[in-house]
Amino acid sequence: MLTVENLDVWFGFPPDRVDAVRSADFSVAQGESFGLVGESGSGKSTILRAIAGLIDSWSGRIEVAGRSVTGDRRDRAFYKTVQMVFQDPYASLHPRHSVDAVLSEALRLQGMDDIDNRIQRLLDDVGLGRGFRFRYPHQLSGGQRQRVAIARALAGEPRLLLLDEPTSALDVSVQAEILNLLADLRAEHRLTYLMVSHDLAVVGHMCDRLAVMQHGRIVEVMTVDALRQGAARQDYTRHLIHASAGYERV
Amino acid sequence: MSVTGMTRREWLLSDAPLTRRQARLGALYQGWLTFRANKLAMFGLVILILLIGMAILAPWIAPQSPFAQNLAGRLAPPSAEHWLGTDALGRDILSRLIHGSRITLFIVGTVALIAPIIGLFIGTVAGFAGGWIDQVLMRITDIFLAFPKLILALAFVAALGPSIGNAVLALALTAWPPYARLARAETLTVRNADFIAAARLQGAGPMRLLVRHIWPLCISSLIVRVALDMAGIILSAAGLGFLGLGAQPPMPEWGAMISDGRAYILDFWWVAAMPGLAIFIVSLAFNLLGDGLRDVLDPKGDKS
Repeated sequence: MLTVENLDVWFGFPPDRVDAVRSADFSVAQGESFGLVGESGSGKSTILRAIAGLIDSWSGRIEVAGRSVTGDRRDRAFYKTVQMVFQDPYASLHPRHSVDAVLSEALRLQGMDDIDNRIQRLLDDVGLGRGFRFRYPHQLSGGQRQRVAIARALAGEPRLLLLDEPTSALDVSVQAEILNLLADLRAEHRLTYLMVSHDLAVVGHMCDRLAVMQHGRIVEVMTVDALRQGAARQDYTRHLIHASAGYERV
Repeated sequence: MSVTGMTRREWLLSDAPLTRRQARLGALYQGWLTFRANKLAMFGLVILILLIGMAILAPWIAPQSPFAQNLAGRLAPPSAEHWLGTDALGRDILSRLIHGSRITLFIVGTVALIAPIIGLFIGTVAGFAGGWIDQVLMRITDIFLAFPKLILALAFVAALGPSIGNAVLALALTAWPPYARLARAETLTVRNADFIAAARLQGAGPMRLLVRHIWPLCISSLIVRVALDMAGIILSAAGLGFLGLGAQPPMPEWGAMISDGRAYILDFWWVAAMPGLAIFIVSLAFNLLGDGLRDVLDPKGDKS
């Protein structure tokens, strides 16, 4: 579904050039849920943005559904295949657009018909009732906003969803709701997930395999089962596991 | 309104509107409530509504023709017959003021329509496109900003010929650069926002992003700025009229009327003072209105 080979992403020009990602390699199979884990600044979100075409300064190879992409140009077929959910639900919805406007614009751009019924179905899918359809973002809570963002991503019936820490801006109880929603949606729509998180517990819950990142490099790719059995081979991974376990005990 | 057990107010302020229309009306009503809370802004609004009413009904409410001369009764002080006195040709000043409100509104309305639209377009395109387009557009803006506004307008009118239409054009052409600056600054704060990225990921082209996503966020601060600038536009228009480069005699333009009264200002003060007072009141009303609009529209002042 998604193949990333030898991906380098940088910002700025020499001598101020910052290498955010260095020779990253991984692939995600159809229907799989793949996690990218690492601390802040390790380049995990940058990989997502490069795939989505929001950054043009990258080199290497990105292949989505068997087709290579270049620079920050993407075609209609790409947008129909790949969608993204952003980290901050307060920044990812237009403050002057109602839920209805957001969803109908997405549906129209994706070339859908029967928009009225589809909006209703999307809202049902993400667990928002009829009453939310004409609200503005400032009338919604963080969790509700993230549900709208997920509905927007689902509008074009994509096959690959890029999740950029979709729950880290939400409080814990809402986090669980959103994660369960994402898990249900994946089963229901047979979606492929590429999920970025700094939280090992979240990735352990959501993903089949994961890649651990440090300083822009992927240090280890492993299955979640291996993670649970403590079969990490790299020191940094063990350190990360230890840190998150320590955090949970307190 | 078929909703039972609900007052119109509750229907408008509902947190869960059921139709697009209800949501839109609700948002408007919210804005109106905020605006109404500002007493001074309401005062400004009332004055402007009166001004508009006056302009529409001018031929019916003006006691005399604005052009009827009566040389026997020239420079008469305010009296029961001529409430605001007469000017050097014996024309009734009140009637001229009433008819002049049409010209004032025409100037202000046209400039307020043209200048912000030019500014919005140039500013958002510059901010959104970035790179050399931004550089070129903003340097042009800088060049316009480098001239004093009235001097540049004078040059335009001198080149185009004195008339009210050319005065409006000149004012509009000199008034847009601050709006372009403002629109560009607003655009820069939102161009990298996630909701723009999300729309881009849905396949939205640059034109759609600009018009549907960026403009709505720039327009409110522009409207506020325009309302606050109205007073300045009225004064510039009056200045052009005063210098004889705007409305031509015998049009009852307020600035030109002040200019006519200049020769008699010491002995017959009302000739210049009455139109001056009218300009003052209308400018003040626009300023108060702008203040109230800022409460309603400026997203930075939001309490939510």
